[in-house]
Amino acid sequence: MMELWTGLPAELQRTLIITLQIVAVLLPLILSVAYLTLAERKVIGWIQNRIGPNRVGPKGLLQPFADVLKLLLKEIVVPSQSSRFLFIVAPLLAIVPAFATWAVIPLAPGFVLADINAGVLYVLALTSMGVYGIILAGWASNSKYALLGAMRSAAQIVAYEIAMGFALVGVLMAGGSLNLGEIVRAQDGSLLHWFWLPLLPLFVIYFISGVAETNRAPFDVAEGESEIVAGFHVEYSGMAFAVFFLAEYANMILIAALSATFFLGGWLSPFQGIPGLDGSFLAAPSFFWFALKTSLFLFCFLWFRATFPRYRYDQIMRLGWKVFIPLTLAWLFVVGVMVWFRVAPWFD
Amino acid sequence: MKALRNFARTFFLTELLAGLQLTFRNLFRRKVTLHYPEEKAPQSPRFRGLHALRRYPNGEERCIACKLCEAVCPALAITIESDVGENGLRRTTRYDIDLFKCIYCGFCEEACPVDSIVETRIHEYHMEKPGENIMTKEKLLAIGDKYEAMIAADKSADAGYR
Repeated sequence: MMELWTGLPAELQRTLIITLQIVAVLLPLILSVAYLTLAERKVIGWIQNRIGPNRVGPKGLLQPFADVLKLLLKEIVVPSQSSRFLFIVAPLLAIVPAFATWAVIPLAPGFVLADINAGVLYVLALTSMGVYGIILAGWASNSKYALLGAMRSAAQIVAYEIAMGFALVGVLMAGGSLNLGEIVRAQDGSLLHWFWLPLLPLFVIYFISGVAETNRAPFDVAEGESEIVAGFHVEYSGMAFAVFFLAEYANMILIAALSATFFLGGWLSPFQGIPGLDGSFLAAPSFFWFALKTSLFLFCFLWFRATFPRYRYDQIMRLGWKVFIPLTLAWLFVVGVMVWFRVAPWFD
Repeated sequence: MKALRNFARTFFLTELLAGLQLTFRNLFRRKVTLHYPEEKAPQSPRFRGLHALRRYPNGEERCIACKLCEAVCPALAITIESDVGENGLRRTTRYDIDLFKCIYCGFCEEACPVDSIVETRIHEYHMEKPGENIMTKEKLLAIGDKYEAMIAADKSADAGYR
């Protein structure tokens, strides 16, 4: 076996290893998406004093597989008046950026698929790509509800993209690098060294914009099941619909992971820097802490959905353009001053 | 001053946080869901479910074909035909209840002078073929025979309030 491996050309070995790494990241990701849908139904159920799905498998743990199987077996209906090619391509355009962004996210100390120096730019570029899938889906369906949903979601994503970008500028100023691994390392020290404290307004704005960016409640006017039926994916069924669903949840996990990386110190342990605990296994940086922080944000997504009523459309626009953008700009100035005066412990 | 307070309330998201706190508390409350087939909600003895026709302890049908139930039925779900039986007593030859028309109001039970037609507590039943929604006299009597103990218990539990 070993001989077979060493017999391969070096190029092929590298490609094989990278492919295996990608699979090792994507498979758990898809599984987390599946279980996020279950977690969502469970958490919202608990908040509404219900128990959520509990019939498929022990405690309902196999529910996601039942859902997937159901969608697989359903027919994919293509509307006769639709633009067939774009109609089929749109779900793929939605899901590819959601997965591709994971290439630059540092999952554990020393483990990242592509350790590139323009990581943040790559993230910004790819998260903006997701909107194309939604616009094309809405347009290609040739349905008024789908078109309305697509337009709403496009306007919303564009508006919040700016606030998000500005919030990330603050992170860049604090971290001094575009490489996500470097940004995490810049937060090394203790819980108080993480960027959430000096960048608190940016942190809050980034996460709220992230919720809006993924079209989740309370910013889910693009879907708006009570006004425009289901928005951009109203004409989709079966597996094509499932791909949109997958993309939405993958984007949620992505935003949660990015928030954890940028503001909560990624893989760093919250027990680091506490006298007595330093040096013990609790203070060691690991994938576990990254996953824990990501889950924390994911829970917030579900929590928000169970708590807040949907924003009115013009209010969403007002919040994005008139509140978040000025606020981030103002705080960027404050961050600039803090960086200039090398305020400890973050910017020394 | 008021404007300032309003400003602070808006930007520190106080009201949103209060809402989140409320839902978070609910997360740990006792859940009210009933695991239905395994657990069931308590039923009143007055529960109005599937109908039944009762007999006297000696096996004689209670129904005397007075047709009061047919007359009182607001949904016109009951159809009765009657004749004189071999022992000279008036008996129904046909007693049909259309379950699709029935609104389970219980008026037939109230109107019956001999406590013959009753509504039992049975509520988990279904029809598989067209026509099964018509409860004939035989079917109603069979239900009455099968559940007589329960019906009698429910009647005596409720008797004090009539």
